[in-house]
Amino acid sequence: MSVPKDAGWKDVPIAGRILEPGSAAKYETGGWRTYRPQHVPENCIHCLFCWLYCPDMAVIAKDGKFSEINYRACKGCGVCAQVCPGKRGNKALVMVLDEVAAASGNDAK
Amino acid sequence: MAKLLEIRWHGRAGQGAKTAALVLAEAAISAGKYAQAFPEYGPERMGAPMVAYNRISDEPILIHSHVEQPSVVVVLDPTLIYAVNVKAGVPDDGIYLINTPLSPAEMRERLGLVGTDAKVYTLDATQISIDTIGRPMPNTPMMGALVKALGVISLEQLIEDTKIKLSYKLRPEVVEKNVEAIRRAYQEVAS
Amino acid sequence: MMSIRVAKTGNEAVAEAMRQIRPDVVAAYPITPQTEIVQLFSGFVANGLVDTEMVTVESEHSAMSATIGAAAAGARAMTATSANGLALMWEVVYIAASMRLPIVMPVVNRALSGPINIHCDHSDTMGARDSGWIQLFSENAQEAYDNVLQAVRISEDPNVLLPTMVTMDGFIISHAMEVMEMLEDEKVRQWVGEYVPLNPLLDVENPVTMGPLDLFDWNMEHKRQQAEAMVQSKPVILQVAEEYAKLTGRRYSLFEEYKLDDAEIAIVVLGSTAGTAKVVADNLRQQGVKAGLLKIRVFRPFPAEEIANALKHLKAVAVMDRSDSFNAVSGPVFAEVRSALYGIANAPIIVDYIYGIGGRDVKPDHIESVYNDLAQIAAQGKADRLLTYLGVRE
Repeated sequence: MSVPKDAGWKDVPIAGRILEPGSAAKYETGGWRTYRPQHVPENCIHCLFCWLYCPDMAVIAKDGKFSEINYRACKGCGVCAQVCPGKRGNKALVMVLDEVAAASGNDAK
Repeated sequence: MAKLLEIRWHGRAGQGAKTAALVLAEAAISAGKYAQAFPEYGPERMGAPMVAYNRISDEPILIHSHVEQPSVVVVLDPTLIYAVNVKAGVPDDGIYLINTPLSPAEMRERLGLVGTDAKVYTLDATQISIDTIGRPMPNTPMMGALVKALGVISLEQLIEDTKIKLSYKLRPEVVEKNVEAIRRAYQEVAS
Repeated sequence: MMSIRVAKTGNEAVAEAMRQIRPDVVAAYPITPQTEIVQLFSGFVANGLVDTEMVTVESEHSAMSATIGAAAAGARAMTATSANGLALMWEVVYIAASMRLPIVMPVVNRALSGPINIHCDHSDTMGARDSGWIQLFSENAQEAYDNVLQAVRISEDPNVLLPTMVTMDGFIISHAMEVMEMLEDEKVRQWVGEYVPLNPLLDVENPVTMGPLDLFDWNMEHKRQQAEAMVQSKPVILQVAEEYAKLTGRRYSLFEEYKLDDAEIAIVVLGSTAGTAKVVADNLRQQGVKAGLLKIRVFRPFPAEEIANALKHLKAVAVMDRSDSFNAVSGPVFAEVRSALYGIANAPIIVDYIYGIGGRDVKPDHIESVYNDLAQIAAQGKADRLLTYLGVRE
């Protein structure tokens, strides 16, 4: 249902309607970030605040627990790290410079 | 009557001149004729002098401009003849129907029509409406007098259409009183 | 065919047409001289004569927004307005067309402020001529009724999907009672048929997004497409008129040609003035003057080729504009008609008369003077001036 990028005026859906539901998911904004959130499992209490507050739905939860960050979508806004309560003052999500994290081979999914 | 008949109604806002013009048009149309009815709109409040018009013809009426030379003038409120020039544009042999307790001869003099070919009819429509309907609402009896003066629409046709139109707003007993007013006016209009 | 001869004012006729169409949603806001339409219609709803969701809103901008929302959801939606009401909904009027929603809206022609005026001229709908709406002009109550019914079929045609505004002159037609013929309710029900919306938002099985952001890489393609829909609406308008003629015996087209075939001079006019002008043309014909008239019904899409064809044999043409476009040249209808004639060999001399502004009465005498001017222009082979303001006190 995707409209090819070079579609002529006769082939576009009328009125610019977007006929493919949920197509926003295909638009990967992971390449926009400067910092990425890195999970520190020993500090995580699985409160899921990060999942709740992420504006991009980039925090994946499974069975009521933190599972992973979808780095294809994450724009690095840092809200998840901001709201994370952590354990005894140590956060379970830490913002790390994206290039540094990538260079150290850290899940660059 | 292929010739276009043009009528001008003079009333005060709230006296029912617009409704009378509309009912007359409906009666003419029900009788198989072509007709128009339209008021002149301006800043209105109760009591302000206003005007409404009719055109009646056996042929389709295409013209949409204002009526400039009505051959018939109906005046619903006697005080209007001093406030407004009710004779404007009327030909020498025009017909005037005035709501007034005065006689046709007296009204002819007031209007300055003595010695002309104009026909003057009078009717105390206000009194008739007070007697029948119970309040001063001269438009319905004036319609009865008008159809008598014009002779182009039957009394029964007028009554039928009046009943329909008034039934939207008024209770059946009140509608009947209006019909009574029309019948009396038809009988009593003097020339 | 069964039709019912009735006495109705223009507003009553349009309200009845709406009742018979049975729209799913009507959004309403009052403005003189249109108020009676939505007022009467809301009476029909209150009395159970029609099962429409009536949405009373706080302004015309909201009225059109609500209508768009309803139409996008998949409803047959209508509203009505005049003058500054149309002006207030200006941004959403353009959106209704670009969203390709088949909304039908009666617009009772009234002068745009200022100064404040409640009477008829065409400045309101002329101001919306670039909005992408189909525009049908009506001469009288009968045409207003017929145009509203045809508009539903035109707008909803899958090759069109554009909103239509149906006009009638404020007070002159809207408040004047005339003879007309109405169809029976059942006939109208069959005529408009079941509305099958395209991509309705309420179809949750097939979710879509409407009204997205559309930047420089896509916008032009969508607007080109919208332009094409307007082009395609012309044959649809004619097709619908053909079917309507079979239903009612009343034949409509892009415009009406009145005694034009063998005419030497003619007037181009829209709305109720056409009626008065026909009477004048008849009188002149009786005096041996070859006078004719062209009454434009479809102003958008503008039938340039057809109008040029109809006028090209004339010696002189006067366009009557019931609005000014303040371009320091002429009124809007003149500009389009003259443009249509450009390039035609031996095209008639064409002049413009701006008249009837703010409800200024246009009398048979005025129209006769226009024909007299045309006769002189035809005889001299030239016009002294391009534009005349007819009926203004100098």
